[in-house]
Amino acid sequence: MKKTAVFLNGRLIGFHNDGKALAKRLREKRRMNELSYQVNIYYDNKTNELYIFTDRGRVRRPYIVVEKGKSRLTSAIKERLKKGELTWQHLIKMGIIEYLDAQEEENAYIAMSEEELTEEHTHLELDPSTIFGVVASILPYPEYNSSPRITMGCAMAKQALGTYTTNFANRYDTRAYVMYYPQEPIVQTRVYKHLNLRERAAGQNCVVALASYQGYNMADAIIVNKSAIDRGLHRVVMFRTYETEERSYPGGQKDKIEIPSPDVVGYRGEHAYRHLGEDGIVMPESEVEGKDVLVGKTSPPRFLEEISVFGAVEEKKRESSLALKAGERGKVDSVLITEGQGGNRVIKVRIRSIKVPEIGDKFASRHGQKGVVGILVPQENMPFTESGIIPDLIVNTHAIPSRMTAGHLLEMLGGKMGAIGGMFADATAFSGDKEEQFKEVLRKNGFDEYGEEVLYDGITGRRLKAKIFVGVIYYQRLHHLVSNKMHVRSRGPVQLLTHQPTEGRAREGGLRFGEMERDCLIGYGASMLIKERLLEESDKTRVFICPECGEAATPDYVQNKSYCRLSKTDKGEPVEMSYAFKLLLDEIRSLCIFPRIELKEKG
Amino acid sequence: MLIQRDNMKKKLKIAPYEAVGVVSAQSIGEPGTQMTMRTFHYAGVAEHVPTGLPRLIEIVDAKKEPKKPLIDVYLKKEYAKSREKAEKVAEEISAVYLEDVAEVLDDLESYSIEIAFDKKEGEAQKVSFKDLKEKVEKALEKNAKIKAEGEKIKIKFDKKEKGVNAKYVRKQSQKLKQLLLKGVDGVYKAVVTKEGDEYFVRAGGYNIVGVISHPAVDPSRIYTNNIKEIERVFGIEAARNAILKEIKDVLDMQGLYVDIRHIMLVADAMTYSGAIQSIGRHGLSGSKVGVLGRAAFEETIKHLINAAAKGEEDKLIGVTENIIVGQTVPVGTGKVKLKFMPR
Repeated sequence: MKKTAVFLNGRLIGFHNDGKALAKRLREKRRMNELSYQVNIYYDNKTNELYIFTDRGRVRRPYIVVEKGKSRLTSAIKERLKKGELTWQHLIKMGIIEYLDAQEEENAYIAMSEEELTEEHTHLELDPSTIFGVVASILPYPEYNSSPRITMGCAMAKQALGTYTTNFANRYDTRAYVMYYPQEPIVQTRVYKHLNLRERAAGQNCVVALASYQGYNMADAIIVNKSAIDRGLHRVVMFRTYETEERSYPGGQKDKIEIPSPDVVGYRGEHAYRHLGEDGIVMPESEVEGKDVLVGKTSPPRFLEEISVFGAVEEKKRESSLALKAGERGKVDSVLITEGQGGNRVIKVRIRSIKVPEIGDKFASRHGQKGVVGILVPQENMPFTESGIIPDLIVNTHAIPSRMTAGHLLEMLGGKMGAIGGMFADATAFSGDKEEQFKEVLRKNGFDEYGEEVLYDGITGRRLKAKIFVGVIYYQRLHHLVSNKMHVRSRGPVQLLTHQPTEGRAREGGLRFGEMERDCLIGYGASMLIKERLLEESDKTRVFICPECGEAATPDYVQNKSYCRLSKTDKGEPVEMSYAFKLLLDEIRSLCIFPRIELKEKG
Repeated sequence: MLIQRDNMKKKLKIAPYEAVGVVSAQSIGEPGTQMTMRTFHYAGVAEHVPTGLPRLIEIVDAKKEPKKPLIDVYLKKEYAKSREKAEKVAEEISAVYLEDVAEVLDDLESYSIEIAFDKKEGEAQKVSFKDLKEKVEKALEKNAKIKAEGEKIKIKFDKKEKGVNAKYVRKQSQKLKQLLLKGVDGVYKAVVTKEGDEYFVRAGGYNIVGVISHPAVDPSRIYTNNIKEIERVFGIEAARNAILKEIKDVLDMQGLYVDIRHIMLVADAMTYSGAIQSIGRHGLSGSKVGVLGRAAFEETIKHLINAAAKGEEDKLIGVTENIIVGQTVPVGTGKVKLKFMPR
């Protein structure tokens, strides 16, 4: 037989007569804790090569070791585990649990459950639900949902607002959200507990009715009980930290944090500095908004020449204060004064603002069922059940059939059972609580076993004709809040280079009227409208052109004339054009091409 | 009735200064976005013939030769009714090259070429050794000595002769490989297909002139997807109709409906100059009158420099030019002028 090549971390270290036997022996040694449990051995049958891996960066996951069709995790050991005599680490040392990497998995034959074990099996999964990653194992009842919705559920769980960390009060994150009354889900998976997520919950259990009501929840919108929101449902605080540094410049000059004096270049007016204390920093708990200054700061002039012209004495300082972003408001939560990298004074100001749910905020359950708030309804107008329960949310029934998220319905039922029976429901993948359990508890407590309720219209008081499915389900508020996205502009800043409106919300910009939009107006023949969008409302300028040579003429606004230095005349005519075109002409001139403009009477 | 018809005519008439080009572009472009994803697969000759977006691009770019050229050969009545007769025609027009039935080896030391006839292949393609020999003799110049031995032909060139060298021998052997023994040059994989109760031949290639000379072929109905070839043989009007048909076929196959007049506009725009122009910087867009319009499309600097060198003038005729300058666009309401006429 050919000798087996043995590789250690990908490097050939030697040959062995029987690679298979060597692999077996090495594994035995690992299970006897003579080799580190982090070592993985892989034997390639096709090429007769043995790979041993000890290096870092391999993805590994744990399995129960199986011997002769018997799990090494015997009932005796399970007993000792329950008593607390053994820990996970013990199991690894005893060779009951071992970690396999992607390579060694190729040599393993793994059973999903203990029942299906045969002689050939080498390993046993801890639990079928461990095939999911961290995020997916938190989703309840994934086996009842369609896979795209699970993917979306995973993506959105990461956007949920909650308690992102427990020490948020001591942190100065540039942006952070903390929920007012986070709740642990009633319907949860076993992994949820193990990940300690109950201390970092990101959502609340809501009473949800599956119905259409007044049509305000069409196309994935959600009707929300306004009174519930007033009581603090899904209320969130947003922290934003503003930061500035007292920088020192070459030449011994330094920024100064102070209340700028009115003679400073770029002074913002007394009003803007009204919240500043004597030291030039805002007072905590003051209410700030708009472009209010948080830290007053002055900097030395940018160019040294400015000083020398007037004989060095007069030093014009520049205003460089730190101000709140336009359109934001909140209270000053706290101020931190520290030292930065260069030994400069750094000031951090944390602003706190309360984000109460409003129309347009995004919510989602853990089944990829997302939607925005369509309307807030006072509770007296909401439908109510026989026992007087008023739902927090009304979700449209059309959201369910085409998405095939049966898990959503099951969670509602489970949540209802939990809320009535005072218990949690287990929704772990493949082995969670079954529908029958929920039904039984509901029935015993005098509820409809299918979760349906007779509802009464809050406005008319009449009974609704259909029975409505009402349940309790965990809903998350996602960090797409309208208040952080809302944006309008009618006039505003323009760019320096092109004189066209700026772009983006942060710069108070306009929305681009693009090429395709332009094409539509051309197709419609709306010539004047194009001119208005692309010229009048954008970068219209007036340029004086010499009618004789076609070159730009120099305007003299005092004498109301314009001169052309080329043809030595003063007959320049004002011509309207886009500033971008003027810029183009300038750039063409810089290419040493002389563009002439021939003027004609318009008519 | 006549009045009604005249009113109808007025209604259907396009208003002056309507931007038909943009509307056509949008009308074809919008369903075009839905087209990209689905591609169909066929068995047989039509295998991997580009359809959908790739084919559309091919047509609009006015490619010299489509990726898979096809020719539909319709037959005269007496041949079209029976499959056997049609198959015979198919066989007769399929090109057989020397390469297909024989192996060609050149010896650059002794200045000789050896052609080994493959009898099995020859029978399959219905080419006899005698035919092959005759064709080879005809194809070669007189300076070569040809000797036949059994199923082999040996050709020897005279070293002393002027112009005969190794390069020449190699060239001759390459030429021999491509020697047409039978059928129409460039036509391959001819397959008989049925349409209604009529049989016709569909083959690869586009040699219209060659196929027409076959006595069984109906010369009035021959068709190929090579638009450039149609232009060459039948003229620009035929090419315009071919563009129209090809684009329509692509859209129909995808189940998209576009009003025929939009496609007609595209076909007209591509052919109005008398030769097929592509839609792009080398064709239609490249021949726009305004410098600014061309510069705005592609290769900005090239156009500006050339315009400067020639001292070109932009009369601001096009849409783009006027937008750049900041004037009303000469379409729709932009072209209509109001005049005051005192009574």
